[in-house]
Amino acid sequence: MIDLLSGFVKELRNAGLPVSLTENLDAMEAVRHIPIEDREAFKYALGATLVKNSSHWRAFETVFEVYFSLRGPEYKLVEGSDDDVDRMWREMQDQLQQGEGRGGAGGLDSLTPEEIAQMLMKALLNADQALMRALAKQSVQRFAGMEPGRPVGGTYYLYRTLRNLDLEGMLQKLMEASREQVGGDLTALEERLERDEYQTRIEDFKKEIEAEIRRRLVADRGAEAMAKTLRKPLPEDVEFMHASRDEMQLLKKSLYPLTRKLAARLARKRRHGRKGPLDFRNTVRHSLSYGGVPADPKFKYPRPAKPELMVVADISGSVAAFARFTLMLVYAIQNQFSKVRSFVFIDGLDEVTEYFRGTEDITEAIHRVNTEADVVWVDGHSDYGHAFEVFWDRFGKDVGPKTTVLLLGDARNNYHASQAWVVREMRKKARHVYWLNPEPRSYWNTGDSIVGEYGNHTDGVYECRNLRQLEGFVEKLA
Amino acid sequence: MGERFSSVQQVRDGLKGVDYLADDGIAGVVFLADRLGKPILVEGPAGTGKTQLAKSVAELTGSRLIRLQCYEGLDESKALYEWNYKKQLLRIQADKNSDSWSDIHDDIFSEDFLLTRPLLEAIRSTDPVVLLIDEVDRVEVETEALLLEILSEYQVSIPELGTITARQIPMVFLTSNNTRELSEALKRRCLYLHVDYPSMDREKEIVLAKVDGITEHLADQVARIVRSIRQLDLKKAPSVSETLDWARTLLLLNADVVDADTAKETLHVLLKYQTDIAKAAKELAVDLG
Repeated sequence: MIDLLSGFVKELRNAGLPVSLTENLDAMEAVRHIPIEDREAFKYALGATLVKNSSHWRAFETVFEVYFSLRGPEYKLVEGSDDDVDRMWREMQDQLQQGEGRGGAGGLDSLTPEEIAQMLMKALLNADQALMRALAKQSVQRFAGMEPGRPVGGTYYLYRTLRNLDLEGMLQKLMEASREQVGGDLTALEERLERDEYQTRIEDFKKEIEAEIRRRLVADRGAEAMAKTLRKPLPEDVEFMHASRDEMQLLKKSLYPLTRKLAARLARKRRHGRKGPLDFRNTVRHSLSYGGVPADPKFKYPRPAKPELMVVADISGSVAAFARFTLMLVYAIQNQFSKVRSFVFIDGLDEVTEYFRGTEDITEAIHRVNTEADVVWVDGHSDYGHAFEVFWDRFGKDVGPKTTVLLLGDARNNYHASQAWVVREMRKKARHVYWLNPEPRSYWNTGDSIVGEYGNHTDGVYECRNLRQLEGFVEKLA
Repeated sequence: MGERFSSVQQVRDGLKGVDYLADDGIAGVVFLADRLGKPILVEGPAGTGKTQLAKSVAELTGSRLIRLQCYEGLDESKALYEWNYKKQLLRIQADKNSDSWSDIHDDIFSEDFLLTRPLLEAIRSTDPVVLLIDEVDRVEVETEALLLEILSEYQVSIPELGTITARQIPMVFLTSNNTRELSEALKRRCLYLHVDYPSMDREKEIVLAKVDGITEHLADQVARIVRSIRQLDLKKAPSVSETLDWARTLLLLNADVVDADTAKETLHVLLKYQTDIAKAAKELAVDLG
């Protein structure tokens, strides 16, 4: 048990979760009180002692599945005679009145794909957990075509299984079935509710399949190797430029609590700043009550200036996600700045501040930025030089000594003229000019990236590959 | 230390008995906290029953609930203890001549002159107590340090008196709305419990348990609509307490089923932002007119 647990904790640390020694000891202590057979309680016991951040829960769950997936009665890998399934099967046979010669004897293995689909539909319709689990097992065995020792990730098998099951079509059929049950059309509201219900059930089924594949892979390759292939970065470490759609969703979710935290922290910092410089007048006035001795020095109330912020963001191709997150973050904490203006460009440039002003919904604003802003000048390939020139022409006069300018982009200029003088001029007039680059530092100034050429004229170029780095930078800014 | 519960199942059933429907996670962690003698840090969105959990556990175990509401600027004298200056002054003035200085000094720093505040009170109590430290994320990081000694050792050190150790280990709950990252030191001393919005089935049970006279059918419908609404991308997803408010509203309106019209008229109970209401109405195909 101790070996298993220490392997487990080691893997958690590898996945990036901060697990301290005391927490490890707590976990050891905890499992003495909770039997491993009660899997759910066991999982929560480990979770409560080891994971102290809700956004890490997913990563924890994955590792847990890998390490403890082969334990517990209902998770047996070997196909036994599943009583539940047999019973279900017999009932269905009776209902359909087609029990010729097969009966329950053959079990699931002898079914045709059509019958599997039929059973699945029934299981989904009745939300029958046991049958769903059995069917998940069966479909993985049948459709995934898993070969021992083959170094393919779980997603490949998952794809193969799902392709054969046609779950999209299943949703349609389920909807039709429930319409029939009611006998007539559903109202729009009911329709929507039914759809959501079935969708959740299908999601559950998918998860069941995923878990089944994982169990088989673990049995084949061992927990450690499997955990390594499944290791995913934590939400705050996901790179903007390579995030998958799921990861994007997760990022979006973790962005909101992050902005709240950031805003609270910044407001606090502002309030509790150190004392200001000596207030001479006030000190002298108060010295009168001590007979002219300045015994009680008075200080000026600190009023740190709120900076004015201008965000100039490249929204072409792969950098777009990064620009979007930065804009969302900046607007979420905009009360920390006296004014925020935003500009987006590809090879032309447009101001998009208005889009954010009209609406409370930042996602909506971003959508409008993507569809309505006039950012293409010639061919829709990044041209930083031209975009900066336009910026300077039209908005250069608004850059003042209180303005902080943020330039966002990978500076991949497609070998156009850099027009780096604009940045130089900007820095002369502005308070600060920063450049945020979503590319890893090692890629800078390779190929058509000319971040160095611009960077020389700024107050600093920062690598911003993930939320963690972005958060760090924004905190420094305000 | 006396063990309050014998199994996870007992915790769950017990909580159900006081109308708190715990899921596996909640019951498991409460059980574990009792066994390990550790505080529980409960985190999660607003209105998911974090504070209620502490109250319910207190009710279940028949303990007194001592509550410390945290806020910015909370300090030692409001959380731990304070010397009763007025009484001390009176004591000194009462017999000016008789006692020597050292007698008075020893006397005025004795327990008679100590005003206990929630944390110390929880420690000194002889009857069973549940200590609830509410919204711990509202205090400054520096103030958090106040809590560390009591959370790990169940003791309070008072320079003039020495260390006061707990007579029995209280159940301690800390709640946080996650407006800032709590310090590592605090997290390390606690068991962590994340309470999220309940699953549909659990929410239905909660509605059934908390709203008197609601029909099963209506509760089912309420839970399902709320689930659909939570899946949308909203500014503020409806909390459990809002779900309950909604269910009560529907009951008062004598609605047996939720149809488009009732939903339209009562959606503002569930959602508090105009943009959210519009979005939910659109998504649920309810015509707002």
